[in-house]
Amino acid sequence: MQTEMIKRAKELLADGTVKRVAGWRSGDFQYELSPSIFTDAEDLEKNFQYSELAASNMSKYMIKESRKEGKVLIFLKPCDTYSFQQLLNEHRILRENVMIIGVACDGNLDIVAAKKRFGEGLLSLKSEGDTITATTIYGEELTAPRQELLLERCVNCKSKKHVVFDELIGEEGVEVETTHRFDKVDELDAMSEDQRFGFWQNELSRCIRCNACRDICPACSCENCVFDNPESGFSNKGAAVQMDNDMFHIIRAFHVAGRCTDCGECSRVCPEHIPLHLLNRKFIKDYDGLYGEFQAGSGEQETHPLTKFNMEDLNPTEALNRGDEE
Amino acid sequence: MPVTETKAFEPKIVAFCCNWCSYAGADLAGSNRSEYPSNIKIVRVPCSCRVNPMFILKAFQRGADGVIICGCHPGDCHYSTGNYFTRRRMALLFSMLNYLGVEKGRTRVEWVSASEGGRFSETMNDFASTIEKLGPNHRLEDLRCKQK
Repeated sequence: MQTEMIKRAKELLADGTVKRVAGWRSGDFQYELSPSIFTDAEDLEKNFQYSELAASNMSKYMIKESRKEGKVLIFLKPCDTYSFQQLLNEHRILRENVMIIGVACDGNLDIVAAKKRFGEGLLSLKSEGDTITATTIYGEELTAPRQELLLERCVNCKSKKHVVFDELIGEEGVEVETTHRFDKVDELDAMSEDQRFGFWQNELSRCIRCNACRDICPACSCENCVFDNPESGFSNKGAAVQMDNDMFHIIRAFHVAGRCTDCGECSRVCPEHIPLHLLNRKFIKDYDGLYGEFQAGSGEQETHPLTKFNMEDLNPTEALNRGDEE
Repeated sequence: MPVTETKAFEPKIVAFCCNWCSYAGADLAGSNRSEYPSNIKIVRVPCSCRVNPMFILKAFQRGADGVIICGCHPGDCHYSTGNYFTRRRMALLFSMLNYLGVEKGRTRVEWVSASEGGRFSETMNDFASTIEKLGPNHRLEDLRCKQK
């Protein structure tokens, strides 16, 4: 896959179709691939990487890249194309300046889970079939089943089919049934208010307000963000009191409600490993249940559940209590 | 002997009232001499859909024990469709607050028209008694904003 991608990218660079290539560059560690822009063939050959470790969703970079001179080539995994399509729906990307090559994906590895599993001194991760082999600085070779080290979003993969692309490398994927996506949300919903409060205080109190979840989120793409505005009262960094954290996370999730494609990047990048996708999923579960199922970015959409309405919608209190009467 | 005074809990309530219906409803309640609790602070907004989720959170942060949003009845919005959007938005927000452990009754949306002075005071009395039962807001409080 990687060699095919490099070959095609080099061809496109050589014939002048594209000027830049967005891809993954090998990082400080073998298992840390960072998003990067390549401009020459030599660099591509040497540093371009694609594997199950290439987890970052690069759609958001296209907002700026598509406004630069010349075309840009981007490789998108199936779930990344949802975010890309959502940004197109919001008219944030100039489509004519982006060339998309869809690449197949079989799930990304969760580095945090791998570090936890294999302990300190992790050097490299390699996957063969259903097992992951890790080498450490102590010269050990450890193995683990692949399924256990997948990112949560990949365990509950929403689709292997690309929504938007110009070319494909490999075969076109198929849609997959996701059945366990809302399991954790359901579990939390079944808890008592006190338990839920405890759960979330435990999670959210770890927040260091680094804003990584906001910065990575492809749906969160305002140029002027409320969290950067010192007048808003939410722009502070490390939270002085718990309310600051709660407020930040409610507002962050609310601002992307209806536009969140559930790509799970927020949880992946969180340095404190807060399950932020559970907040977004709660919104998704709610509007799915109240206003009909909706998947942001699954096609050309002009509205989402929060920008339209029905005469028969439930009042908020009725909506909140709808489960209790049964 | 020192006298210790125990004060009964008096809830602080913020009511966001839309300019065209509920605010006029509150006015009518006043003209009709119908009673509603004095610790309800009314904030006039041009339309109930002007209420940003942050308004509600900020009210809680600054010490409110309950927040109620009043707007025109569905179909009667001065701007035709504003309150329909409020309805969806607040349904999601209230559900999220409850998901984070905030008690269900602390937030509410009610529709009160300009001619329903009686309904306004009824709603407010009812809401105030709900909040009194729930007690002070501890789950969304900001200690920096507490007065001793």
